[in-house]
Amino acid sequence: MASVSGNFLFASFLLYIVAILFFGGSVKQRKKAEIKEVGKSSKIGLIITIFSFLSHLAYFILRWIASGHAPVSNLFEFICFFALALVAGFLILFRLYPLPSLGIFTLPIVIVLLAYANMFPKDVAPLIPALQSSWLVIHVITAAVGEGILSISFAAGFIYLIKSINAKETKSSRGIELIILFFFSFIGFILLSIIFSSIGFKEKVYIVDSQGQQAAIDYHMPPIIGPDPKDVADNADFKPFLTVPATINSGKLNSVLLSILSGGILYLAARLILRTRVAARLKPLVKNVSLELLDEISYRAVLIGFPIFTLGALIFAMIWAQIAWSRFWDWDPKEVWALITWLFYAAFLHLRMAKGWKGKNSAWLAVIGFMIIMFNLIAVNLIMVGLHSYA
Amino acid sequence: MKQIECSCGYKNPYGTEICHGCGKILGTKGKKVDMRYEGSARRSQTYQKNPIDKLWNFFSSVKVGVGLIVIVLVASIMGTILPQEPTIQTELSLGEYYQKKYGTFGIIYYSLGFSNVYHSFWYLVLIICLSISLIIASIDRFFPLYRSLKHQRVIKHPSFFQNQRLFFSLPSINEEELEERLQSFHYKVKKDGQNILAEKGRFSRWGPYVNHLGLIIFLIGVTLRFFPGIYVSEVVWIRDGETKLLPGTNGQYYLKNNQFIVEVYDKKKTAKVFQDALQNKGIIAKNFETKATLLQTGQHVIPGEKITLQEIKKANIKVNRPLKYGGYTIYQGDYKLNEFAELEYSIMAKQSKKKLGSIKINLADPKDSYRLKNGLQVEILEYFPDVVFDKDGKPSTISKIPNNPAFVFRIKSQDQKSAEVSLVTVNQTVNAAAAASFAVELENVETRNVSALTIRKDPLLPLLFLGGMIFMIGVIQGSYWQHRRIWIRAAGNREFWIAAHTNKNWHGLKRDIQHVFGNHKEHGLETPTYKRLDNGEEE
Repeated sequence: MASVSGNFLFASFLLYIVAILFFGGSVKQRKKAEIKEVGKSSKIGLIITIFSFLSHLAYFILRWIASGHAPVSNLFEFICFFALALVAGFLILFRLYPLPSLGIFTLPIVIVLLAYANMFPKDVAPLIPALQSSWLVIHVITAAVGEGILSISFAAGFIYLIKSINAKETKSSRGIELIILFFFSFIGFILLSIIFSSIGFKEKVYIVDSQGQQAAIDYHMPPIIGPDPKDVADNADFKPFLTVPATINSGKLNSVLLSILSGGILYLAARLILRTRVAARLKPLVKNVSLELLDEISYRAVLIGFPIFTLGALIFAMIWAQIAWSRFWDWDPKEVWALITWLFYAAFLHLRMAKGWKGKNSAWLAVIGFMIIMFNLIAVNLIMVGLHSYA
Repeated sequence: MKQIECSCGYKNPYGTEICHGCGKILGTKGKKVDMRYEGSARRSQTYQKNPIDKLWNFFSSVKVGVGLIVIVLVASIMGTILPQEPTIQTELSLGEYYQKKYGTFGIIYYSLGFSNVYHSFWYLVLIICLSISLIIASIDRFFPLYRSLKHQRVIKHPSFFQNQRLFFSLPSINEEELEERLQSFHYKVKKDGQNILAEKGRFSRWGPYVNHLGLIIFLIGVTLRFFPGIYVSEVVWIRDGETKLLPGTNGQYYLKNNQFIVEVYDKKKTAKVFQDALQNKGIIAKNFETKATLLQTGQHVIPGEKITLQEIKKANIKVNRPLKYGGYTIYQGDYKLNEFAELEYSIMAKQSKKKLGSIKINLADPKDSYRLKNGLQVEILEYFPDVVFDKDGKPSTISKIPNNPAFVFRIKSQDQKSAEVSLVTVNQTVNAAAAASFAVELENVETRNVSALTIRKDPLLPLLFLGGMIFMIGVIQGSYWQHRRIWIRAAGNREFWIAAHTNKNWHGLKRDIQHVFGNHKEHGLETPTYKRLDNGEEE
């Protein structure tokens, strides 16, 4: 059953790619007939996305049946579900505002997220005592759906920025390029992980920490950065270019650096091929979209997502924490980052409503909000030590 | 302050920008008036003279509120950079710990107070300021808004129409059909002559104030926990078989730990799907459980008299399944496996290696002396549950927990004539006399598990829950509905003015307008021209 569910996941991954092509094709069609109705190509794109979503959902349900618990208990499962929530958010907003370019920009994020999830251990693991609760389903699913809908705000905001920013605004267009570079870094990480795991690369180095205890650091990619030689316990031929103190996990930092480096290379290659800023080449894709509408979609996504996020990531989280850990709040890094995300979107809403922050300002806030969500999803679980750490 | 009398005769409070009677714009001519609070007089915008006004204005400002949110946000981020003090277990002083572990950055982090941000005084001050801002900003806006929406009239002044973001005119309208269509979109239609006011979703305007109320209730609940006696949070370690008083229960409840168990997933008994994970991860915990009996002290306890305990109930306390009784909740917390419980030493004649007898010491309650069958007597002069030796080799104990027990024995021979003193630890025996005649050897060790249980009493949880629920209701009310209004005014011969307003989601309002008034392709009417003003959206 678990392997069948994996097939459904892979099928949905492929179908999302096909759906993007159709949404992309609809851009040309829209030019011909400037009607409000959805174009034919876009309609096909939507149907494929729905099928793909159902296949994605089938993965989720089958894996649930196979393991007996909701598949949201490790990073692979959680990112897959977050991707599913993103598609759900997209479908909800597409129903309200049928804009093909929303699909062109949302689905690539979904695809990269699915590929990224695949880089983590995929074993179906039994639940540890702390997770044996029905609140696992309630808390994680609500929080992820909230985050998924909030992410659509980013997609709309990002399209807004691509459309509205021209080359003269150096600061803003550099910001956009930076976001694209981040996106490429994810692809870089995925490519490098695939390459190095297929050639069986794995290195281990032992360090001595400040307490005098030995700890192993795993390297899944060739080390360009490593611990200070004085902290290294053995392995004399281990010679990284750069060194960091033992408190920083150099293995993880190494992967991050290499990903950004490879992302940079991919970005440069893209620029060489396109011979201009990447965002400038994306502009034709969003030609027929009204800025005002994008602004409203971005805002609406926050309005829809914020209550759900609050419910899942704060209220349900607190109820469960009270039951499992005897206190509803203990300043665990994940709890704090949920609060930070919440405060950020609260500030977003207040700035918009009371200070009239619309358009570009609001779009940038939507972009930052998504960065916070991604940080919360990846860095907090992988790097910070706390009750939610998966690594 | 003087009231403002409008040309329609309505007396508006000082500071009003749009007449509550007729909707005439009372501000300076040509200046666009913000529809956000219906142009009503807000205290913060009207009075700005004395210090109280200034303080009021400061806290009622959304700019200040957002500023406070951002400061709390940044401070919270700072606190996640390095592990916080409450999570650190170290024998070093905290300053030294941060220096040793994180270097210069650690020292700076520690000395700036970021190592315990969330419990710092200034973080508390920030939260208090944010709460005050929540209360004052809500009061400042809610009451004027409520009053002006409650008393709004159907007929609006022409300047009110011109002030709207969505404003157009039509040569004729079919009143009945219009009313029907508006009603089919769930608008409430009010008429005054040929003038119409269609309104829906007004209650969504109260959403922000409802959610702020919820937050305030929540924060009050959190604050009340600081009063002594309301909130109980204690930890008790109970060994297998032991009965202990539950701290924080005023001597009312005792708990017997019948047995603490740890279960891990057994590869042979676990389903096939989990095999890979068990292979790769090794051991995965399945269950932490204290099989416990809850006891209550007898009704009439006389001081000095031995207490009697009555069994209340047996319960298996697990993670995620705490025991609840009498307002207290008992949670499974930490545990320790295989703590020394009983040590059995054998006493031997040193020369002949002949066993003379053995003693069993219960570490929870060691006796002063033990007599062996053959008349030997072993006295325990000193007991160190967790022994360490200083530079001179002098023993002392660092805790009461028998992690590394040591004894000073005095062994007296049958005739009580000779006595030998020796220091015995789990690993070795040191005799005081060089020519000792007795040897002591550890023969047997019995261990027990220890379970840590957390006792909580938090009578304010329902209040916090209520606050959370009110917040959710308010935030949904404000987010998932919009307040839309459409005004129609007969403006002379063959001309009808139409204006519309919404606090958010203009796209939806335009759709409503198009459905109600039609677009020109179908009805030959003019396409509504949207007059755009750069005023922001609402609340």
